[in-house]
Amino acid sequence: MSQDMSDDKLPQAHGAGEGHGEVAAADNPFADPGLPPHEPRRTDIDERAAKRAERQVSLLFIVSMLATVGFIASYVAIDPAKIVYIFPLGHISALNFALGMTLGVALFCIGAGAVHWARTLMSDVELPAERHPIEADDEVRADVIQQFKTGAGESGFGRRKMIRNTLIGSMALVPLSGVVLLRDLGPLPGTSLDTTAWKEATPTTPIRLINVNTNLPMKAEDIAVGSLTFAKPGPSALRPDGLQESDEDFQQVIAKSALMLIRIQPSDIKDAKSAALGFEGVLAYSKICTHVGCPISLYEQQTHHALCPCHQSTFDLSDGARVIFGPAGHPLPQLKITTDASGYLIATQDFDLPVGPSFWERNA
Amino acid sequence: MKKLSARRRHPLAALVVLLFALVASGGLYAAFAPAEKAQADSSAQSLAIDEGKRLFAVGCSSCHGLNGQGSSMGPSLVGVGSAAVDFQVGTGRMPAQQPGAQVPRKKGIYSQAEIDQLAAFVASLGPGPVTPTQEQYTATETDAISKGGELFRTNCSQCHNFAGAGGALTQGKFAPSLENVDPKHIYEAMQTGPQNMPSFPDTTMPEKQKQEIVAFVRYQANEAPNPGGLSLGSLGPVTEGLFGWIFGLGVLIAVAIWVAAHTTKAKKS
Amino acid sequence: MSSSASAKTAAPASTRAKPANKAEAAADYLDGRLGIYSLAKSNLRKIFPDHWSFMLGEICLYTFIIIILTGVYLTLFFKPSMGEVVYNGSYAPLNGIRMSEAYASTLNISFEVRGGLLIRQIHHWAAIVFVAAMFVHMMRVFFTGAFRKPREINWIFGFLLLFLGFFDGFLGYSLPDDLLSGTGIRFMEGAILAVPLVGTYISFFLFGGEFPGTDIVPRFFTIHVLLIPGVMLGLLVAHLILVFYHKHTQWAGPGRTEKNVVGMPLMPVYMAKAGGFFFLVFGIIAAMSAIASVNPVWAYGPYRPDQVSTDAQPDWYMGFAEGLIRVMPGWEIRAWGHTLNLGVFIPLMLFPLVLVLIAVYPFIESWITGDKREHHILDRPRNAPVRTALGAAWISLYLVLLSGGGNDLIATHFHLSLNDITYFVRAGSFIVPVITYFVTKRWCLGLQRRDKEKVLHGRETGVIKRLPHGEFIEVHAQLPQDKLHTLTSHEQYEPVELPAEVDENGVARKVGLLTKTRAKLSEGYFGEHGQITKPTAEEHHEITSGHGHH
Repeated sequence: MSQDMSDDKLPQAHGAGEGHGEVAAADNPFADPGLPPHEPRRTDIDERAAKRAERQVSLLFIVSMLATVGFIASYVAIDPAKIVYIFPLGHISALNFALGMTLGVALFCIGAGAVHWARTLMSDVELPAERHPIEADDEVRADVIQQFKTGAGESGFGRRKMIRNTLIGSMALVPLSGVVLLRDLGPLPGTSLDTTAWKEATPTTPIRLINVNTNLPMKAEDIAVGSLTFAKPGPSALRPDGLQESDEDFQQVIAKSALMLIRIQPSDIKDAKSAALGFEGVLAYSKICTHVGCPISLYEQQTHHALCPCHQSTFDLSDGARVIFGPAGHPLPQLKITTDASGYLIATQDFDLPVGPSFWERNA
Repeated sequence: MKKLSARRRHPLAALVVLLFALVASGGLYAAFAPAEKAQADSSAQSLAIDEGKRLFAVGCSSCHGLNGQGSSMGPSLVGVGSAAVDFQVGTGRMPAQQPGAQVPRKKGIYSQAEIDQLAAFVASLGPGPVTPTQEQYTATETDAISKGGELFRTNCSQCHNFAGAGGALTQGKFAPSLENVDPKHIYEAMQTGPQNMPSFPDTTMPEKQKQEIVAFVRYQANEAPNPGGLSLGSLGPVTEGLFGWIFGLGVLIAVAIWVAAHTTKAKKS
Repeated sequence: MSSSASAKTAAPASTRAKPANKAEAAADYLDGRLGIYSLAKSNLRKIFPDHWSFMLGEICLYTFIIIILTGVYLTLFFKPSMGEVVYNGSYAPLNGIRMSEAYASTLNISFEVRGGLLIRQIHHWAAIVFVAAMFVHMMRVFFTGAFRKPREINWIFGFLLLFLGFFDGFLGYSLPDDLLSGTGIRFMEGAILAVPLVGTYISFFLFGGEFPGTDIVPRFFTIHVLLIPGVMLGLLVAHLILVFYHKHTQWAGPGRTEKNVVGMPLMPVYMAKAGGFFFLVFGIIAAMSAIASVNPVWAYGPYRPDQVSTDAQPDWYMGFAEGLIRVMPGWEIRAWGHTLNLGVFIPLMLFPLVLVLIAVYPFIESWITGDKREHHILDRPRNAPVRTALGAAWISLYLVLLSGGGNDLIATHFHLSLNDITYFVRAGSFIVPVITYFVTKRWCLGLQRRDKEKVLHGRETGVIKRLPHGEFIEVHAQLPQDKLHTLTSHEQYEPVELPAEVDENGVARKVGLLTKTRAKLSEGYFGEHGQITKPTAEEHHEITSGHGHH
């Protein structure tokens, strides 16, 4: 398969073989008439117009100077906290507005002056410049190829195959060091994505669910039908105070352990397994979307649908958080909850599924 | 029993039921209400309930039933409390104009006095959240806005947007903008969970935190300045992108056209 | 020190003419060391053609410079650290809130550093305009065929700049560690986790452990301010050198040929115009940053993985990737103890693929035409109907996906159902480009017909004449020769023919699949449905020499 095209198949190149303005129009009405003669502008022939243009350009540069002075004055004089009302922008920072407008005017006027100068006072005669073919002619080409061959021959690269092959081998291996060096960017994943902070919960050492708003444990009766509450892990052996915002690893832990608590009339729960994981209709779902991990909590209390604000995966919380719309591939994990002797909601085991987005090693 | 049920459509049936209800509630009041003060209160209260019932029969009963028991057109109002009525009617959502994915906020047709009477009637149907007083929804601490901001971002911004500009829900439903919403109504919405909004009852979000959220919403959605200039609706990168394309690139291209255009020739002018 | 007087040799007099003034003397000094005269000889009066669309690239260049200038300023104040602090600054609504140093220093730039907010906004607005201008510049090059030989490599440089611009923009958006940027990074983590085999490892190496860790902001910072801008700067210089070397393309017109370039010289007109344009661009972006806020990070609040705001979108240029990810069905394959998250992985692969479609186009077109000549005269889009239609189809796909990325805002602002928009985008991604293709092609052919009509029959003068027998006609005026030339100077290819099925000896010839495909494509491009044959001098002669009116 050749890409070559015989020249006669290609269309007539534009302007091929014509200098501009040489072809008589008589036999070819479409021939190139050549560059039109230059027409003068007003400023080219009227000295008063030219003077006026000159004054306009200078005025623009003067305005620019004034604007720069204004910029410095604003910087010194205006309190950064000052808010002013400017129609139609609203209540905005006086300093930001003043600095931006003065800087804008200072720069714009330099540009406008320069362009106005070019457009009115500099020559606008259009000039042609020859193009030269980019490809070298055959002689140069042959010469360079010959030089290369001489050089290559002198190196013996093609002849001494052992050198060549070992060079290729060493060059191929050396980048590996760079790749290996990246190893310590982070720890290996292991199975850490499979579990959350709730994994510490066992029937003998349960973890209380702590209301994120109040920082207090909750009882089942606190959770009304149609309400929405967010929870985090309470005190455990590893974390005697429970998860606190001041904890060093708060962000990592909450990124997987955040809970959304809702209550549905037990008769409205369609999924028996889900109902069993809950307590008297109180269901604890992961707040982290299984698509790419946004906190999904747009809970519609009448439909029991939870929508993700990022990519709109929709889960039916009355049906085991089944995906009913959008790009998520599997249901939200649910945390098995019950109550302890004091009536507080507790977890006795980790989520039924790994929390958050899918990953290759996920086996569930 | 059969006789009774056969007469349930009798014109006077509703009246009879109502009389029963009144007698029963009156009896309960008499039995449980603390005697002296309650006497005066309850007479004013029952007047309001009567007035509310009249308004209810005209404006609400076609969907919610004469006694607020609900129908295929509208939910039961037993137990929704006065706060729900104050919110729904006060924001003009009720009475609803047309069926749709969601009932939107509109100009109300009832005066506050009428709303209070309606609320008194609905509250009499069953216990529910009570219309808050001004002290209840007004925060007093100086750091209420920053605390409210954090609560808002945890509990509210997922639907209502970081600046309370509102957002989309499924199937045409939406979380409305919180701009220019009466603080009382913000508080009531959290109390009662109108339409598809979940409720945030005092058991999980105490009154003080609701006050803080109200303070933050009032600040963020109404009073907060936009130091940087036009807020572009506080809708995030989408409107910023539109502005960048239409205004930013648009003006730059207009200027480029000026820069590149040939200056007018003398003979044409 | 014996060699005192005798060693004194007079320096040989310079052969060069004595400089006329200090400026010439300085130039001579530099020339002796840098060779500036030889460099300037061919460049000082270098010719540039004038057209507004040729300045789109300049917008890109200037916004890039603005971004670098303002970016350097911002690095002086920004602390790329995820160390936690409790904010106690002049923005009262966040007082007492726990946040990263990155976010706190962004608040500091916005509220305490005088002019910091302005520089931040200039940086961000310039970035939004930069990528938009690159996009429009690329489209200009595409629709005018300016990517043809000898400029294919420069097209690729430009494409890489666009692609890197996307990523550096995304990284910059991620740095302040506000609620929106953190949500973007969270998305990135999810996307990386969807990569089969190595995704989990890449994620752990990138984040230094589990999301979000404390490494991501400093790491992104280095990539954002050093690695990608460095590569972009190199590509940009190469891009500009090639623009200089190739000389600019030009529109067809009288006196303009493939062998020349007509316009005004660099010194002085272009120095003033292009130099002035830099200030105009900077001025406009500065004014824009004075009147419109961009990314008000203080309103978003600090990032916490369990918080989110609706309307969580990336900046516009990532919007079509966002659209892909939003409208993708939730396909997930679970087998042999592994999970393949196609719902995320497919969009992740489609994102570069959609972009690469346009990047490789020049090579496909040159394969179809087999044309190996240099092209410096631009095509009017109408004169390349198939190319124009393909470009329009690509843009329409981009726009459909972009609207998918903003489906929640479209839903709330046009009172539509979010779900319906998603269904529309799913179907529209396949249907809209096809419709756009056919409509655009028809449109181009219509415009070609109109051009032909104008060439052959002149333009309508608006003068109505009544003929002796009562008929009214509109007088058409012949176009002047320069117009005739401009309208007929475009090239028209003929479709490639397949070689005869049997060769001259009657032996069946083997025709490969590629050859057949190429012939089919060529027929589609240049066959009777692909273009309107342009008028010939004979046709014109026949009509004009003839019989008075028409």
